[in-house]
Amino acid sequence: MAATSYCSRAVAPLAGLLLLSFGSLATSQIEEQAEQFFRSGHTNNWAVLVCTSRFWFNYRHVANTLSVYRSVKRLGIPDSHIVLMLADDMACNPRNPKPATVFSHKNMELNVYGDDVEVDYRSYEVTVENFLRVLTGRIPPSTPRSKRLLSDDRSNILIYMTGHGGNGFLKFQDSEEITNIELADAFEQMWQKRRYNELLFIIDTCQGASMYERFYSPNIMALASSQVGEDSLSHQPDPAIGVHLMDRYTFYVLEFLEEINPASQTNMNDLFQVCPKSLCVSTPGHRTDLFQRDPKNVLITDFFGSVRKVEITTETISLQTDLGILESRDKEDWMDEELIEPLKYAEQLPVAQIIHQKPKLKDWHPPGGFILGLWALIIMVFFKTYGIKHMKFIF
Amino acid sequence: MGLLSDPVRRRALVRLVLRLNAPLCVLSYAAGIAWFLALAFPPLTQRTYMSENAMGSTMVEEQFAGGDRARAWARDFGAHRRKLGALPAAWLERTMRSVGLEVYTQSFSRKLPFPDETHERYMVSGTNVYGILRAPRAASTESLVLTVPCGPDSTNSQAVGLLLALAAHFRGQIYWAKDIIFLVTEHDLLGTEAWLEAYHDVNVTGMQSSPLQGRAGAIQAAVALELSSDVVTSLDVAVEGLNGQLPNLDLLNLFQTFCQKGGLLCTLQGKLQPQDWTSDGPLQGLQTLLLMVLQQASGRPHGPHGLFLRYRVEALTLRGINSFRQYKYDLVAVGKALEGMFRKLNHLLERLHQSFFFYLLPALSRFVSIGLYMPAAGFLLLVLGLKISSAPQSTCDQPPSGPSPLGLGQGWRTYDTRVRGDMQTHFFG
Repeated sequence: MAATSYCSRAVAPLAGLLLLSFGSLATSQIEEQAEQFFRSGHTNNWAVLVCTSRFWFNYRHVANTLSVYRSVKRLGIPDSHIVLMLADDMACNPRNPKPATVFSHKNMELNVYGDDVEVDYRSYEVTVENFLRVLTGRIPPSTPRSKRLLSDDRSNILIYMTGHGGNGFLKFQDSEEITNIELADAFEQMWQKRRYNELLFIIDTCQGASMYERFYSPNIMALASSQVGEDSLSHQPDPAIGVHLMDRYTFYVLEFLEEINPASQTNMNDLFQVCPKSLCVSTPGHRTDLFQRDPKNVLITDFFGSVRKVEITTETISLQTDLGILESRDKEDWMDEELIEPLKYAEQLPVAQIIHQKPKLKDWHPPGGFILGLWALIIMVFFKTYGIKHMKFIF
Repeated sequence: MGLLSDPVRRRALVRLVLRLNAPLCVLSYAAGIAWFLALAFPPLTQRTYMSENAMGSTMVEEQFAGGDRARAWARDFGAHRRKLGALPAAWLERTMRSVGLEVYTQSFSRKLPFPDETHERYMVSGTNVYGILRAPRAASTESLVLTVPCGPDSTNSQAVGLLLALAAHFRGQIYWAKDIIFLVTEHDLLGTEAWLEAYHDVNVTGMQSSPLQGRAGAIQAAVALELSSDVVTSLDVAVEGLNGQLPNLDLLNLFQTFCQKGGLLCTLQGKLQPQDWTSDGPLQGLQTLLLMVLQQASGRPHGPHGLFLRYRVEALTLRGINSFRQYKYDLVAVGKALEGMFRKLNHLLERLHQSFFFYLLPALSRFVSIGLYMPAAGFLLLVLGLKISSAPQSTCDQPPSGPSPLGLGQGWRTYDTRVRGDMQTHFFG
């Protein structure tokens, strides 16, 4: 009967699976390691690190960005894959009592400026336009290679932004802002142009969580240092330099990252726990609903480092196709469904099913008829009080 | 119809104002005085706060330790001055050059407009000496000034000593983004005015002065120092300037933060600051406020800073006072406060403009802004307005008497029917 035929059909792959598992215990370990290669799906890493504020008293934003730059370089991402945008030069500012250095810890423990910092966008080149052009790739042909984000559809990109922000915007250079909607649209452009595989967005500003509220493209994970309505606070002032050196959130992220090496297996859930409210005073937030993988399966080095997966082995591995797909395909054939046509890149993830956004609270406007009636009333009262003869001046 | 455009209602309102004129005047006057006196009390006063972001919350550890050098230089200066009877310009030049500044001098002379008791049309002449510390890594576009006025009756030798010691200390630092001008003037304010006029290339007081050889860019802020003793018990700050002009409140806030940081005793108008608003706090605040108003009203610049204000340079004068108190501060403490202030001013990117320009101070940490004290003046002016409105008695009550070329003629005609008729010939003759 149909039931038995189904059972007989299902038994075959099950038997195969059992045989496989009992047959070669030795090869299963290497195959597990081979499975690890295909866990994340990216082949290269990029980083875009942006500091948006100028002036000497915003020293800490430059220190924030440089400390993330330092960690990212240390974990393997080369300068050619890092776009570093610093809005002001703190190391060579005439007010710096320790020239050519930018410190992140007081008592000058850690100089994040170092010897080999390569700043791609400096000073007045850090503008909203340039930032969006870098992200979307709409760059004039004369732009040098170091100023481009040459990512492809297998790139994991880390985007770190810091500066002064507010509810829904981030201030660039004291003269312009980028809104969360513009940023979300830029990321959607990147998605449609296949410019990233997965994106990690970290923002350390006041009310940072508002910047990731509007994202709607798939495969984006976002972290922010504070919720809407909260301020991100700075960490410690240095009595010799006379400014605050770092922001709290990035300070604790830096401490966390100092313990990561390219081989570590720490995952994103640990990064979400960095800087609880007791240390940070503000409440850090994160957003993972657009991300397909479970955060506990995402390694820190997937975004912060560039880990080349190279393993030398003398054993032969035969790669099995995914048995789950085999089973479902059998089922479909049996149920006689039509063949699903191959999906295009942009349609692989039906976005509407993924995004669970809160219905936006629109401001209440009075109905149009009401306003019209109100004006009619006002005009009528006017004419009644002052006489109809004024009509000729109106019409 | 509006209240003032409706003739019936207007007449009624005018009649009311005229009838109650005297009571309204008294009431308004009393309200003005009462509001003014209430300014010293908590609901109308606010705590001072630093408005400028660049002079932010972080403090630096001061490293000034030149107390001995300051005292030595002060003694030298005092000795030379006594010997010379005037400012020892050559000695000053030599010492400033040895400290490492670019030194320039300026001579000036002025015929005083009012004759002196002993001389007729007294001619005053003197020399200013100033040294410029150039910022090591910045273009010389902006500068700060530390000035000590030296006059025949106020020698201020300790202030000169401290100035030189601070110059020596500042010269060894690399974090200056603005030039610092160390200015010693002769004849107190006359010298300061001569220097300022020459610096800004104007001549408003008819001073004859030699042109300045060295300049340092736009002056962002200035501090004037007056110290006549090796130890001080308190530092008094003067803010009122020429014609009652005041510096930006941020400069005073800066001074006050360093007072608190260094634990210095700082006074305003010579009065100690109330620690909390305890029993005699408010009355003292009122006294301080009234003293400040009187000093502003006099229009005299109460220190060299008053002359700087005219050129939109925020400035303060600090006076060291040595009275009969137990705890005394030496020159190092004052020097540290000045060092901290200059270091913070160094962080400025623009002129001080974030905080208030018009304020009254019941205490060093409390202020009243113009928005809150203007109504008091408004009430007092209302008295005048009421009086003016009652002067020609109800001209609009009279019916129009014949054609008139202007409405004005009609009013005057009715007015002169009540005064003597010969007025008519004067106005319409």
